[in-house]
Amino acid sequence: MLRQPEHDRNADETAPAEATTARAAPPVVDVHDVTVAYHRRPVLWDVDLVLDEPRLVGIVGPNGAGKSTLIKAILGLVPLASGRVQIFGQEVAAVRRRIGYVPQRESVDWDFPVTVLDVVLMGTYGRLGWLRRPGRRERDTARECLAHVGMADYASRQIGQLSGGQQQRVFLARALAQQADIYFMDEPMAGVDAATERVVFDLLAELRRQHKAVLVVHHDLRTVPKYFDYVVLLNMGVVAAGPTADVFTTKNLQQTYGGRLSVLDDAAEALQKQQRSR
Amino acid sequence: MNVLGVHLSEATLWSMAVGIVTNVACAVLGCHLVLRRLSLLGDAISHAVLPGIVVGYLLSGSLGVLTMLAGAWAAAILTSLLTDSLTRYGNVPEDASMGVVFTSLFALGVVLVSRYARNVHIDADCVLYGLIDTAALDVVAVARWYVPRVLLTLAPVLLATLVFLAVFWKELKLTSFDPALAAALGFRPRMVHYLFMGMVATVTVASFEAVGSILVIAMLIVPAATAQLLTDRLLRMVVAAACVGAISAIVGCWGAVRWNTSAAGMMAVVAGGQFAVAVCFAPRYGLLSKLWHTWQLGLRIVGEDVVARLFRAEELARSAPRTTALTAPARAGHLARLAGGPIAGRLALAQLWWRGDVAFRGDTGLTLTERGRRLAQMLVRGHRLWESYLGEHFALPLDHLHEPAERLEHYLGPRLQEQLAEELAEPGRDPHGREIPPSA
Repeated sequence: MLRQPEHDRNADETAPAEATTARAAPPVVDVHDVTVAYHRRPVLWDVDLVLDEPRLVGIVGPNGAGKSTLIKAILGLVPLASGRVQIFGQEVAAVRRRIGYVPQRESVDWDFPVTVLDVVLMGTYGRLGWLRRPGRRERDTARECLAHVGMADYASRQIGQLSGGQQQRVFLARALAQQADIYFMDEPMAGVDAATERVVFDLLAELRRQHKAVLVVHHDLRTVPKYFDYVVLLNMGVVAAGPTADVFTTKNLQQTYGGRLSVLDDAAEALQKQQRSR
Repeated sequence: MNVLGVHLSEATLWSMAVGIVTNVACAVLGCHLVLRRLSLLGDAISHAVLPGIVVGYLLSGSLGVLTMLAGAWAAAILTSLLTDSLTRYGNVPEDASMGVVFTSLFALGVVLVSRYARNVHIDADCVLYGLIDTAALDVVAVARWYVPRVLLTLAPVLLATLVFLAVFWKELKLTSFDPALAAALGFRPRMVHYLFMGMVATVTVASFEAVGSILVIAMLIVPAATAQLLTDRLLRMVVAAACVGAISAIVGCWGAVRWNTSAAGMMAVVAGGQFAVAVCFAPRYGLLSKLWHTWQLGLRIVGEDVVARLFRAEELARSAPRTTALTAPARAGHLARLAGGPIAGRLALAQLWWRGDVAFRGDTGLTLTERGRRLAQMLVRGHRLWESYLGEHFALPLDHLHEPAERLEHYLGPRLQEQLAEELAEPGRDPHGREIPPSA
């Protein structure tokens, strides 16, 4: 269950049995009172989130809402002005090997002189640690992960020769090579072709079956109900968080996007589909 | 030793050895500098070491090499730290903060020299060109040889550089390529960055005395930039950069004797020359290869236009055999000129004939072979499918459909064609009423 803790305190009192079972295992992700500022301008404000079980979670919000920053804050890539983050009940530094990360495609230089296989191998570096070199086992893992996203034939290409969608798949393969228990993906479906979108969707479904948690920054409101069990609506702070069916409503979206109509039309379409499918 | 009419003395050969060692050390490190877009940091460091050298001199009271090296090294690290902090915390762009830091430190060095060390002889020539021409005058006896003293500092530095690169290969590659992932995996990109900058500072400072600032800056950037044009694998890039550095040293020393000029200056010129050659002739990223590919593409388009015309002529001949004069076999020269002008047209025809797409009948006739007909059929199919698509989805007038389709037909691969056909539910005819041929 994904929740904002304050709203849940009453629920704890009314249903103590449920609360004890939840307490048996530590939450997958516990974000407590996190604030992040760049040069004194706050970009995330008092974020409280608890994800109790491994599920697919979409993080949705307008441009500049702090979606990528939230992921980076959870991973400890940006300094926290205040607050605390735990994953699997431990500090992030202690569980790094169980975390997979897919940064935005634009965040790296695709002219860099490495092959597709080299990039996927980087996913295994975390388990290798300092100074140990990737060997045959790592290379086999990397090849398997490449095959998994349908890119096995491209292993020895230089990464700059790939299309945008193919680059995205390489990043996904690299995250798979991390063999993590929880994945953070920053806009994996931005500007990709239909084939890649299908690959991402299948991958998400498969990760769900393997009981992995996946937190995805997502920009396309139309596909939110199709992909995600839970959704976080973000605009500087958390507007709403919970099961997609309860939280992904016109009212909440209006609050998140400030009534920008074109976006809401997309959402309305998605909501209709969701209702029809029920 | 006599090479190409130039006598190379033992002293020159030692200079050459010093050059090779320095250049290779700078070149291999330079690869990561260039990849991290920090090319100018080498420039900054080689200027900013001046106050470090002066302070080292003041502290030790002599021109002792080790104290000055230590001072220079500290100044180099300070440059890197200050630049980084200004960018990170001061909201100053990286290039601006680099410019501010190294000019200020260099100026501070000048002030310190004129205030406290006026009587010390710091020679401008020596700073710019170093002592490489006279390296063989200051020697130390090692076993049976008299080895230039600078080589005894430079050789271990080169070794340390190579070991550093080998040991941290994976870490350097990861943090250069994707610092965010490196941090997420727990690799501390900032620590790797400072380790790397420490190594750059060491090499810069050690090479400084031997070859001067011009050559250090040149060798940190030019071989790496040249290598980047030549290959797209990291290991090959590092090896190629080392080769460019070594060639610069060898040819540069030879040229310095031949034209009686500064060896360091000549080496930098040779490196620049190699870069220029790479810009023009590099296999994939060179200007010439790009021109060649554009030209090839042009020929392909002309050739495809020719076969498509032949195909249409055949079509016309089948549908109205008596009413038209333009029947296959068509006149070759005329067709080619229509498609691409006299020269490109003839070349394109030759290419088509060579590949077996067309055959010449008699002395003027040109017909499609079976192979050429399949190619033409796919082109015409693509052309008419695209016309249909435009007609259906963009409500363009009939006479505006041909031109965009004519351009696009050369780029519509079979997969996209099938998707178009699917989208249009396999139309039998295009908007002009002409039959869309089936997939060949």
